[in-house]
Amino acid sequence: MFVITCPYCGERDQAEFVSGGQAHRTRPLNAHEMSDADWGDWVFMRDNPKGIFAERWFHSAGCRRWFNALRNTATDQFLAFYPMGEAPPAVEAVLPATPAGEAPIGSGNDAVKVMRPGESEGTTT
Amino acid sequence: MTSQPFRLPQGGLVDRSRLVTFRFDGREYTGHPGDTLASALIAGGTHMVARSFKYHRPRGILGAGVEDPAALVEIGSGIHRDPNVRVTEAEIHDGLEAHAQNVWPSLTFDVGEANDLLWRFFPAGFYYKTFMGGPRGWMTWEPFIRRAAGMGRAPDGPDPDPYEQTNRHCDVLVVGAGPAGLMAALSAARSGARVILAEETAALGGRLLSRDPAATHLDDRAAPEWIGAVAAELRSREDVTVLTRTSAFGYYGENFLGLWERVGDHLPRHERSPNLPRQRLWRVRAKQVVLATGAIERPLVFHENDRPGIMLASAAVTYVHRYGVLPGRNVLVFANNDSGWGAAFDLAESGASIAAIVDVRREIDGALLSRAAALGIAIHAGCGVVGTSGRFRVTGAKVQPVEGAGGVSDIACDLVAVAGGWTPNTALFAQSRGKLRWDDDLAAYRPGLSWQKEASAGASNGVFDLSGCLAAGAEAGARAADAAGFSAVPAPVPALRAEETLQRSIHFVAEVPSHRKPEDTRAWVDLQDDVTTKDLKLALQEGMQSIEHAKRYTTTGMGTDQGKVANLNAFRLVSDKLGRPMHEIGTTTSRQPWKPVTFGALAGQHVGHHFHPRRGTPMHDWHRRHSAVFEPVGDWLRPRAFLKAGESFEQAVQREARAAREGVAVLDATTLGKIDIQGKGAREFLNRVYTSAWTKLAPGRCRYGFMLGEDGMVLDDGVTSCIADDHFHMTTTTGGAARIYQWLEDYAQTEWPDLELYLTSVTEQWAVASLSGRDSRAVVEEICDDFDADPATFPFMSFRDTTIEGVPARIFRISFTGALSYEINVPASYGLWLWEKIFEAGARFGITPYGTETMHLLRAEKGFVIVGQDTDGTVTPHDLRMDWIVSDTKGDFIGKRSLSRSDTARADRKQLVGLLTEDPGLMLEEGAHVIATENEPAPPVPMLGHVTSSYLSPNIGRSIALALVAGGGDRMGDRLWVTRPGGAPIPVRVTETDFLKLKEEGHV
Ligand SMILES: [Zn+2]
Repeated sequence: MFVITCPYCGERDQAEFVSGGQAHRTRPLNAHEMSDADWGDWVFMRDNPKGIFAERWFHSAGCRRWFNALRNTATDQFLAFYPMGEAPPAVEAVLPATPAGEAPIGSGNDAVKVMRPGESEGTTT
Repeated sequence: MTSQPFRLPQGGLVDRSRLVTFRFDGREYTGHPGDTLASALIAGGTHMVARSFKYHRPRGILGAGVEDPAALVEIGSGIHRDPNVRVTEAEIHDGLEAHAQNVWPSLTFDVGEANDLLWRFFPAGFYYKTFMGGPRGWMTWEPFIRRAAGMGRAPDGPDPDPYEQTNRHCDVLVVGAGPAGLMAALSAARSGARVILAEETAALGGRLLSRDPAATHLDDRAAPEWIGAVAAELRSREDVTVLTRTSAFGYYGENFLGLWERVGDHLPRHERSPNLPRQRLWRVRAKQVVLATGAIERPLVFHENDRPGIMLASAAVTYVHRYGVLPGRNVLVFANNDSGWGAAFDLAESGASIAAIVDVRREIDGALLSRAAALGIAIHAGCGVVGTSGRFRVTGAKVQPVEGAGGVSDIACDLVAVAGGWTPNTALFAQSRGKLRWDDDLAAYRPGLSWQKEASAGASNGVFDLSGCLAAGAEAGARAADAAGFSAVPAPVPALRAEETLQRSIHFVAEVPSHRKPEDTRAWVDLQDDVTTKDLKLALQEGMQSIEHAKRYTTTGMGTDQGKVANLNAFRLVSDKLGRPMHEIGTTTSRQPWKPVTFGALAGQHVGHHFHPRRGTPMHDWHRRHSAVFEPVGDWLRPRAFLKAGESFEQAVQREARAAREGVAVLDATTLGKIDIQGKGAREFLNRVYTSAWTKLAPGRCRYGFMLGEDGMVLDDGVTSCIADDHFHMTTTTGGAARIYQWLEDYAQTEWPDLELYLTSVTEQWAVASLSGRDSRAVVEEICDDFDADPATFPFMSFRDTTIEGVPARIFRISFTGALSYEINVPASYGLWLWEKIFEAGARFGITPYGTETMHLLRAEKGFVIVGQDTDGTVTPHDLRMDWIVSDTKGDFIGKRSLSRSDTARADRKQLVGLLTEDPGLMLEEGAHVIATENEPAPPVPMLGHVTSSYLSPNIGRSIALALVAGGGDRMGDRLWVTRPGGAPIPVRVTETDFLKLKEEGHV
């Protein structure tokens, strides 16, 4: 269960929020000029990256404001929360080496449950 | 003669002043408070308690706690039956009844044991190979397999016990109250942190309790006194919560952990507090976590290593010191490291005779050898146990040098204590997504890289010596407090006087070498699931070379114990056979829960009425008093119909539906979603979210509208009224209220922040009574203060503000029935008052309350759609043949562009039509398929569409139905058929949807 930091209310449990999917998708103002294919893409297609993903959340059981978040989908770690209309901040994240790879820690995936020889010990956060 | 022949004359933490009587498998036993079922059974001389899963082999007690793989029994009976309870964890109490499970007819004579004779025919992957083939393979066999392989029986009825869930935040959560955990909790508490200390067993102390108290002194106090002092300090602190009988079973994201507390299980039912739950689930969010979960000893893997009476050496010692029970009088100790020798000395000094120490290592530490010699213990170094005897309890072992051609010695014994080395308990660490590190010296995995805010301390971190554990705990607690924002006050590490023989110079072998032919060897890796080394080797041979595949193919580690003692031996075997290092083999995934948790605890209070709390309107109690039949709509309970004495549900609906046209009837419409929209941008907002045009709607007027998704499909419908130029009152469907509100906020806040408007949910602010029928006007005029409800001057789709005995009211001339209607809104607190007022005034017209089923029927008579019944997310307004509701003249609105997509604009899409059966008394089934032929063709049947609504209409005088039919708009008057199970398709005529109009015009 995530801890989500609402930009207006602060840290709250995920149970208070509703996820709104991909962020920064601007509704086209020239829809009538768009081809069926382009319009269909906008309506139906969403990014689903393994890595940093900008997504929307709604504080439905709180202030009822929509806001944005950056989440590392490879590790389920939130990296930033920011109001609607703002550009995503620059963040650092533990990312998979390739889209098909695994982040070196945090995914819980088979490939990264055990350290390789030479990998240094300690804490990553 | 005592009934506890194996109870030692002294020692243990049990309360010897009291005797507890219980039964296992029909036999009466006694024990003492503080005993587990295991310690009391062992005191009574019983080791065999179960049968294994596959071969029905006798299973004894291997461990002394949560690690035990197969000593599972049923406790209680009837609705109180708990299956798969570990005897090593269950505490005894007077009257406790336990039964062996997975046996028939009895534990010692079990028909399923025949499986054991056929063991060669049950190889790894047996189930896959045998039963997956063919179309019906597994389906046919599964019930028989399940019965034969049963794992205990579910209770006979609903669980009568109360459970509770509670949420907690803390600064430092310490899991495990052994030496490291106690010191960690002490440090964190003294630093001022809010601490939760969770201990899985009934007592604090952990491995300290498994030591001879006379030989373990901390700060010059015997271990139990030292533990008592620490416990007293912790319990005296306001910010510390000490939980015993509490397992941390799950480590989830962002330091969220689940704790499972057994509050009352250790007491007889009549001694449990009626004010306390049976079990409690703690949902804890911790700033920092200290994992002091200890280490688990591994068994050794050799031929016939599964007999009752083969026990972990550490467990044997635990039974002596924690429970005052001698698990065997003549003990053979089998070790691959020094710690087994320590156990042997301890057992010898506690009154057991040691038949021999067998050690796979050739080179043994001189001090150990001389101490063994002094105790007169026979030593077999460089040897292994290669076989055992005894049916329900081990009676002897065969010992042979592991190399060379030495002969076999037969050694009699009544207990084989196995010491295969220690595995740090990293289950929660791995659940937290930390990375494990293979440690060659330790011959085990230990925590490497942390991912969450936790630290492992003591044996769970590979530190096995007592002083090291105490120091590591003190430090971890202080660091955790520091990281949680406190200035750390580490608890001083107590001065220790204790003798320890630790795991040293381990020779970790996956399988004890023997001269026996591999195909004749039955060496168990997983005692619960009956997985042998032979199975694992076969899995590797057959290509299951990933550890995750080998696990699933053989089921090793897949039992209810999750392979706590088995896994590392299995990994090692795979590593040896494949010739690849352990870090390349990796581990299987440690999943939540760490141990089985009852459904009762997971459900908590959320059962029965509390499973999904229902909302009632202010008039709800009136409905209840008037025989309403309710249905859930969204979160609400709404009356479906009001039954009169002797009346069936169907009869009630017919009566109510007639009254709603010919007389006057009233519906509680309070549950409709209501949203107050204010601001300069409100009108433009409506233009963009509805398909229709709102620019010209004057104050005092109402309009019905559709909302679409961006895909052009109907999302919701409702009436919105203009109160002022910048103020609107919107209604939504009952079920869609919350979703639509959220969706509107989405567009208002994220797409059109330039529009100035404010959305407020006012669903709960208004109570609504909807009057329908010829006499509704008279009722409205009678209750309202000086109000003219003449439909000529108060036209359809308008509203007026008025008062009822001074109470402000708003009356809408809107209708979902097609009859003369008035919808009266009052502040919610006046809802019941209004309702009763209506019935008072309506009495002389025979006013009839009606419910949602009648409402559905009435609107179908008029051809009005219900979003979600006649639509299913694939239906546009044009599909509903409601082109008029889509404005061509205004600008963009949500979903507009999609209405002209090639697929959405197809002429042959399914469209809403009316269907009239040729036999007017015949009712179609909702969901039934519409076809074009008189007889149902062979599958696949080409289908034109399906029936969405179907009713017997008293006002039309026959059955009516709505259906979505391909190209339906062009099929008016056509003859089609509707399928039905077990009968010929029903012939129907395609019509328009407004049946009232069809009747007026004489078409029906
Ligand atoms: Zn908020």
